[in-house]
Amino acid sequence: MLLIRCPYCEEERPELEFRNAGEAHVVRSSEMTATSDEDFEAFFFIRSNPKGIIYERWRHIHGCARFFNAVRDTVTDRFVMTYKAGEKKPARLPKVGK
Amino acid sequence: MARAPVKKQAVVKTDGAERRPALAGQEASATGVSVTVLPPAERISLRGSEASRAALSKALGLTLPQTPKTSAAKGKRAALWLGPDEWLVIDEAGKDPLADCAKVSALHSAVGISHRNVAVAVAGPAAEATLNAGCPQDLSLAVFPVGACSRTVLGKAEIVLLRTAQDAFRVECWRSFSDYVFTFLQEAMRDAAA
Repeated sequence: MLLIRCPYCEEERPELEFRNAGEAHVVRSSEMTATSDEDFEAFFFIRSNPKGIIYERWRHIHGCARFFNAVRDTVTDRFVMTYKAGEKKPARLPKVGK
Repeated sequence: MARAPVKKQAVVKTDGAERRPALAGQEASATGVSVTVLPPAERISLRGSEASRAALSKALGLTLPQTPKTSAAKGKRAALWLGPDEWLVIDEAGKDPLADCAKVSALHSAVGISHRNVAVAVAGPAAEATLNAGCPQDLSLAVFPVGACSRTVLGKAEIVLLRTAQDAFRVECWRSFSDYVFTFLQEAMRDAAA
């Protein structure tokens, strides 16, 4: 079982308490009516789906119930780091040990 | 919310009516562990920001904890940290914490959930092993000391777990899950029995 660090509980918890909530840092336009169909499609449907590092929203649904952001490697399924919702995308990622 | 006017409700006549709480009084035990359904208690789900915490603490008569996974208790009343702005307040003496919160003018949300939850006590040297049959958290004393509490899962149901003593836990679950939780704990108890 994966252990995921919740930035609000300040502790690693079993993955059963968590739920994935899609890609993080998807910004909604403040001028929604002026958005073209193509831009709206890109915002609403198109996700990066990378092979490697992905930034995701997760929710500690059976714990503190808070949303937070996590950096995960889609190849190894390893969580690189987690940080609170609303915080900026980390400029540099910590080195992951084997 | 806090600012809503509090209306005096007419007392519901209970003459001749009998309240039957879910699983009332059921218990089971094996070598080294017992599982007991606890009597009804007053409970509220309390939410409020850091700015309201002091006023709410004063009204409730205990300090609402700030640290994750901790609880505060005074007499028969306990406040369990569930999230950064969320607590579960349990009063076993029958004094309604909802009435205490109604006097607070600081912004908060207090919802009475006395009848939503059913509590089960798991006690004995094998209590830890019994709960770990369905709860994935590390429940060793070093990581989950006396007074530690957490919302977590037991099998397929969500529970709130509170360690009341070195070898005793209080499991709070939703009423509709109580049958499942109690049966699950009974099965786990048999496996964990020393």
